[in-house]
Amino acid sequence: MPEGRVRGHLKMELIFFYIFAGLAVATALGVVAFKNPISSAFALVVSFFAISAVYAMLQAHFLAVIQVLVYAGAIMVLFIFVIMLLNLQPEELEERGFSTVFKGAAIVVLTAFCFGLIFLFRQMVFVFPKADASFGTVKEVGKLLFTTYWFPFEYVSILLLVAIIGGVVLAKREL
Amino acid sequence: MVTLQHYLILSALLFSIGLAGLVIRRNILIIFMSIELILNAANLVFIAFSRYRANLDGQVAAFFVIAVAAAEAAVGLAIVIAIFRNRSTVKVDELNLMRN
Repeated sequence: MPEGRVRGHLKMELIFFYIFAGLAVATALGVVAFKNPISSAFALVVSFFAISAVYAMLQAHFLAVIQVLVYAGAIMVLFIFVIMLLNLQPEELEERGFSTVFKGAAIVVLTAFCFGLIFLFRQMVFVFPKADASFGTVKEVGKLLFTTYWFPFEYVSILLLVAIIGGVVLAKREL
Repeated sequence: MVTLQHYLILSALLFSIGLAGLVIRRNILIIFMSIELILNAANLVFIAFSRYRANLDGQVAAFFVIAVAAAEAAVGLAIVIAIFRNRSTVKVDELNLMRN
């Protein structure tokens, strides 16, 4: 590719990164800030979609799809289903747990922590190496899952089975 | 140019927001959502370093994290329903039966 087109390409990448990263952070703030759990849940869905776009930018195509299917599809439907099932009244959503001083202190400490991490990362400039076109495709990840990581892969299926049974046992009124 | 540090900073922001939600909020449903945010921040670091090292093992680790998150959400929400049935509340500061 000619020099100018490469630079334009990199600039586009940066613009898309800032769009999706900004969306992910803004909706994540919404998750924490909204009073109504339904609003939080929908903000979280948008956040998951934005994070999935960031995965796609990292050439993790398989995980970008899994993120949308499992997180935005399955887990969030479960969340919204439970929120609707509980049918919380407005007075049950009032929170008086902590004083404003504590909340302010928590936010200040966490912001300081976050900026400390950002300061730490600012020192480094790690340029990504060129990746193969096949990097992160379903075929490549699947090959790893069924060869090197076959045991954890099977183990996770047992974990999910146990989770299903546990969920039924816990949520059932009487066995 | 998007470098590794961009993704690490995004992950740090998401982690901090999730941790803030975990500490500040008292609604157990929103605490669960904050945990999901923290898991996503961890996944982002896995995938960013997997791309940086040109090694797919990190993506496999992220895949397992997603599977564990699904199991955690299923069991956790079942516990929320069980608690709500017995105590009619989702606020964690009202679940103080063991304290008195």
